[in-house]
Amino acid sequence: MTKKQMFWTKLKRILRTGFFNFWRDGTVTLASVLVMMVTLLVIGLISFSSAILDTTLAELKNKIDINVTFVTSAKEEDILNIKHTIESLSEVFLVTYVSREEALTAFKERHASDQPILSALNELGENPLGAVLNVRARDPAQYASVAEFLESGSALASGGVPIIDRVNYFQNKVAIDKLTQIISSADRLGFALTLFLAIISVLIAFNTIRLTIYLARDEISVMRLVGASTTYIRGPFVVVGIIYGVVAGLLTLLILLPLTYWLGSTTESFFVGFNIFSYYFRHFLEIASIIMVSGVSIGALSSALAIRKYLKV
Amino acid sequence: MIVFDRVSKIYPDNSIALEEVTLSIEPEEFISIVGPSGAGKTTLLKLFLAEEKPTEGSVYYESTNIHTLNKKEIDAFRRKVGMVFQDFRLLPNKTVYENIAFTMEAAGRTDSEIESDVPHVLELVDLMPKIWNFPRELSGGEKQRVAIARALVNEPDIIIADEPTGNLDPANTYDIVQILKKINDLGTTVILATHNKGIIDLLKKRVVAMNRGKIVRDEKAGKYFV
Repeated sequence: MTKKQMFWTKLKRILRTGFFNFWRDGTVTLASVLVMMVTLLVIGLISFSSAILDTTLAELKNKIDINVTFVTSAKEEDILNIKHTIESLSEVFLVTYVSREEALTAFKERHASDQPILSALNELGENPLGAVLNVRARDPAQYASVAEFLESGSALASGGVPIIDRVNYFQNKVAIDKLTQIISSADRLGFALTLFLAIISVLIAFNTIRLTIYLARDEISVMRLVGASTTYIRGPFVVVGIIYGVVAGLLTLLILLPLTYWLGSTTESFFVGFNIFSYYFRHFLEIASIIMVSGVSIGALSSALAIRKYLKV
Repeated sequence: MIVFDRVSKIYPDNSIALEEVTLSIEPEEFISIVGPSGAGKTTLLKLFLAEEKPTEGSVYYESTNIHTLNKKEIDAFRRKVGMVFQDFRLLPNKTVYENIAFTMEAAGRTDSEIESDVPHVLELVDLMPKIWNFPRELSGGEKQRVAIARALVNEPDIIIADEPTGNLDPANTYDIVQILKKINDLGTTVILATHNKGIIDLLKKRVVAMNRGKIVRDEKAGKYFV
């Protein structure tokens, strides 16, 4: 046989032996696949939870804004000037202008069923509401500097008379600060927890595979004694590890279907608009590849590492 | 062709397993090593297979010092030696056929060689009907015959049998010894470690007696007495 033929024969034999060992070692296979499934399930749920956290945080961040209310006598062109200045700030993401008329319409709509207020408004005769600039920052932490900028000199109109009535940031400051803090610590906690869980579950899977190889240690020493080479002994075990990973990965993907379906409506009502089931569908390829790659690499690496110890004879 | 030259083996706890053992074995010889448990028989065999290193002295096979070989060369060397153990040491997840085929695969033989040689060697030990059985479905004597077939299939220069009949009844013991004798007649060196008196008396071949790590007797057509 040429070297190349020998290589293919060897590969074929290693694969075949691996498949046979996987199939014949029923109980060991079952146990390893189940443990591996738990690990992969944890890894899968981690990717869900980080998605949940991300969307929730984004949702919360969207809810924070500053309203700058102008005095009723402010001229529209002055307001638009200020809008322009604010927009040029790098921290600012979006500025929306709400004119006095629009503010009034919105106010009337909000109080459509409240007759006393509407009649009081009519009695007033003129529009008591000032125009409003709604400011969104790119990051909640940046509201402070935006608000400060508004309070400072540039808030004065060209004539030297202040036209800004109030900036509601200073009223909401405590709430905004608190939320900013919560968001950043949730981010960090989520990451630490994810890492911790992932490490533990990988270790458990690694240990299980080590046990299966420990069970085969006598067999390995026999193989060694009949003169089988290291690669030839190690190969089938690595193949079995890979099969564990593939089978456990497929089962995990399957199990996630009913699991996410069942959790779908709950997550949708609890975390604003996040349906875990539809997320699973939309990101199936991504999640599937994370799970399959983790499974295969945990299986192959664990086997390869665990068997080293028994190959010394 | 096999030479133990003043070989000592002292374990880390200072127990002496072998002390200055010198022994040479000629090709096609049938040699029995006898002695009580702990006499050093198994240590002697382990040193020959490079499972352990001697504390002092060297072991030669055809003028090569076995303990200077690297891992790959040891693998190749072991394929020239067939081994039979008291506890059979078959691979439990493989059928009789696969157990024997595995040894041939490890030696890099082709599929067609394997397909023709495995039945052939099973016929030699009279076990063809059990070719597709797993070891757990065989009796002790049958397992040992599989082990012998496995040891034989790569046409080794030497067969080493360490207490091959230790777990067998007298009838099976007789069968195994006859098979070993037949193998020797076909030109293979056989090294047999045993403490079964009946076997030795039956064989009428060279006997080396060991006790407490030393060779105490070496006779051409020996009888068993310590």
